[in-house]
Formats: sequence, structure tokens, C-alpha cells
Amino acid sequence: MCLAIPGQVVSLGPEPHLAVVEVSKVRRKINIDLLKDTPVAIGDWVLIHVGFAMTKISDRDAEEQLRLLRMLGEDEDAMRELEGYRFGRDGSEPS
Amino acid sequence: MKYVDEFRDPQLIHDAAAEIHRLADGERHFRIMEVCGGHTHAFYRFALGDLLPPNVELIHGPGCPVCVLPMGRIDAGISLAVEHDAIITVFGDVMRVPGRGGSPLQHVARGVDVRVVYSPLDALDLARRESRHVVFFAIGFETTAPSTALTILRARDLGVANFSVLSNHVTIVPAIKAVLDSPDMRLDGFIGPGHVSTVIGCRPYEFIASHYRKPVVVSGFEPADLLQSIVMLLRQLRDGRAEVENQYGRAVSTDGNLPALRALQEVFELRTFFEWRGLGFISQSALQIKPALARWDAERRFNLPALTVADPVAAQCGEVLKGVLKPHQCKLFGRECTPERPIGALMVSSEGACAAYYNHAPNGAAPQPAHMEWR
Repeated sequence: MCLAIPGQVVSLGPEPHLAVVEVSKVRRKINIDLLKDTPVAIGDWVLIHVGFAMTKISDRDAEEQLRLLRMLGEDEDAMRELEGYRFGRDGSEPS
Repeated sequence: MKYVDEFRDPQLIHDAAAEIHRLADGERHFRIMEVCGGHTHAFYRFALGDLLPPNVELIHGPGCPVCVLPMGRIDAGISLAVEHDAIITVFGDVMRVPGRGGSPLQHVARGVDVRVVYSPLDALDLARRESRHVVFFAIGFETTAPSTALTILRARDLGVANFSVLSNHVTIVPAIKAVLDSPDMRLDGFIGPGHVSTVIGCRPYEFIASHYRKPVVVSGFEPADLLQSIVMLLRQLRDGRAEVENQYGRAVSTDGNLPALRALQEVFELRTFFEWRGLGFISQSALQIKPALARWDAERRFNLPALTVADPVAAQCGEVLKGVLKPHQCKLFGRECTPERPIGALMVSSEGACAAYYNHAPNGAAPQPAHMEWR
């Protein structure tokens, strides 16, 4: 559970603490409150851990991180985690 | 070494390995601890040990959250479901961790309501949809604790009354200190954790260099990162230096993640003592929820007693955690204790030294019966 999932920000909001990321064509809402001190823009890559963006990374590092997860045999677990994020999916006000 | 040519710079890996051989040439034996379970997994998975000379030995540290979770905490979480009709939410890794009355997975089979979530925010969302109380069973080092902290603050801001957190969060520095203070421990340097350091930065490791005179290199997770970190450690040892260096600058800064540290500060305070599976009680090593947020603290809300449950006597998890024994030297390894039927928690997670060794050790070490050792 130490390993983080790289995702690309595809939209921001609707609330200021939320963003939608895409990883291998799967889109999920994540919380970006830990990046309060770092401006986040559409197109940025972030490392995601338990539903929260931890840090911004470069495009190239994101690609390598995906490759690393594949090599470690953890890519399926990573996608299962991402697909498992439910908050804000049912149209209600997201936590 | 598997997969070497598929990484971004295979030449870098070969060069780093050659440099390690040059730096370690001679009589001296080097014992280097990788603190983080993710690093342990990567070392075994990529068979990086094959690239190291025999006198550079890797010792696997205590940085795997499920591995250090004591049995009493699992039992406490289960008791909230059984005695208070709460829904217990856990990360998937926790489901197979043995408690005294079995693992959460075994309790589910008996009808206890334990559910897997992938984010603490999902536990909070569940509470907002349910009338029953929802407990989030929180585990992890500083990588994960800020997410729990922000979830508790969100519960407060939204006024969610049927949600609380059973905090089992631990902090890495006291565990490193316990390892350093252990009388049977001889270590030459540390590969510092990667993602914990994105949160806490590099400064908290300074005491290891200044007080214990051991070098620390904070490392990324790719093979080239880990080998480069060993090069940096061996160079410090060659020069007689003991410093904290950052190999993982692309994700880790010196000061860490300030919003994360502020959230930790607002929500948590240090416990006087916390029990670590295999390591025993370590002072100031874990996080409890501050009294101002007691409404969201499952321990206070349900008046949970501190429960101590001894580790299985025959298992030698503590010795393995401190690097005194290799996983396969434990009496139970590969016989009574396997990833399918773990007795010690080091066998549960892919980041635990025993499971990593069992699944990836060379020469089919896994199925080899332990008694072959002394024949």
C-alpha cells in the first residue's frame, strides 16, 4: 500500500477540493486538498494514494510509475483501488 | 535481474551495479536497511539482490503498515461490529491480518459486517447513506495519516454524527530509533522511505546522521533508484560521512507536504505508547485523535479498553522485523506460516518481508521445508 497511482487531471471541481483524474481510461473523483499550496491545472499528473493526490509529478515520471506498477505486478490492484473510489459518484454532494 | 531492459535507462542500472561492486570491493561487510515495505517488495520482485556483491546485505525494516499491526487492534475493531452493531470499514490489506479470534475475512464469513473501502472518504460517504454507525479502521504511516485527518475534518464540517475512526496510525521515526537502539542490531545505513517522505520531508531523519552517525538516502521505487541509493550510501561510508541525502527529488522535498503536516497537526497527537507487532511497545510512536475531535474517535466514543494480545509464541516476527533473522530462518516460515495461511503479519502483505521472500526468493526458496536448513 506504499505505492501510489499516477493519474492525469482532466477536470477540476465542482467543489474546490475535488478533481477528476484519468488513469488508463478510467475516470474517478479524487480529493486535492493536500495540494493546496501547489496550483493544480487540467493536464497535470499527480500521484494518488487512498483517494487523495499526494504530489505533482512530471509526464515522464507518471509514465515510468505506470510501468513500475506493471513490473511489480501491482497494476491490477492499482486499477481496482481507483475503480473502487465511490465518493461523489452517485450524484449526491461528495464527501 | 528481471525486466532490466524495460526501464527507462537500463544502462543506468548496469552502471550503478558496477559502481556498487567497485565501492564495496574489499573485506568490509555492509548491512543496509530499507525501511519501507514498498522497497522490500521491489527488491525481491526485481531480484536486485542478484546484482549486489555478497558483502552488501539488505535488511528489511519495519515499514509495512499491516505487518506491525498488533492482534489486539484487530480484535478491538471486530468488537465494535459485534458489540455496537457498527459497520467496520477497512483497506483490503487488513482483511487477512490475523487477530486472536481470526482475521476480519474469517469474521465476515461468520456474519460480522466488515467492508472493504479504498479511501477513508468512501467510509464517510457510507456513513452519510447509512443510519448505522460506520467506523473507519485506519492504518498506515505518514503517507496515509493525512488522508484520515482530512476525512475527520470533513466529517466535522459536514456534521456527520454516525462516523468515527479507530486510529492505528504509526510514525516511522520512532520505529527506526527502536531498531537503532536494539542491542543486537548492527547497521551501516538506511534507505529512507519514499512516499512517507513526500509528507514528512527529509529533516526528521537528521538525528540518524547526527546522533547515530549512520547515513540515510531517501529513495524512489524503480530499480535504478534503489541501486543509485545504495551507491550514495556506500560513497558516504567510503568518505566517512553520515548525512541525509535525497535520491527521490522528483517527488520528495526537504520540508515535505505542508498542507498534509498541518492536517496531521490539527487532528492528531502522539500516544504515550503503542504496541507494534513483533517490536513490542514503542513510546511516542503512534497517533491518536485529539480530544477536541473526540466525537469522531472510536476509542473514546465506545470507551475501548487497551487490549494486549501476545504474538504467537513460535513466530519470530520481531527478529525478522529487526533484521536479526532472515524470513526463511523463522521456525514457521513456509510450513505453518504461508501467504495462504499467515500466522505472522509479515506473511500477509506483499510488502511484508516474509511474503516477499516466499513469493520471489531465488532457487525456489519458498517450497523448501525449513528443516532442510540444519540437515
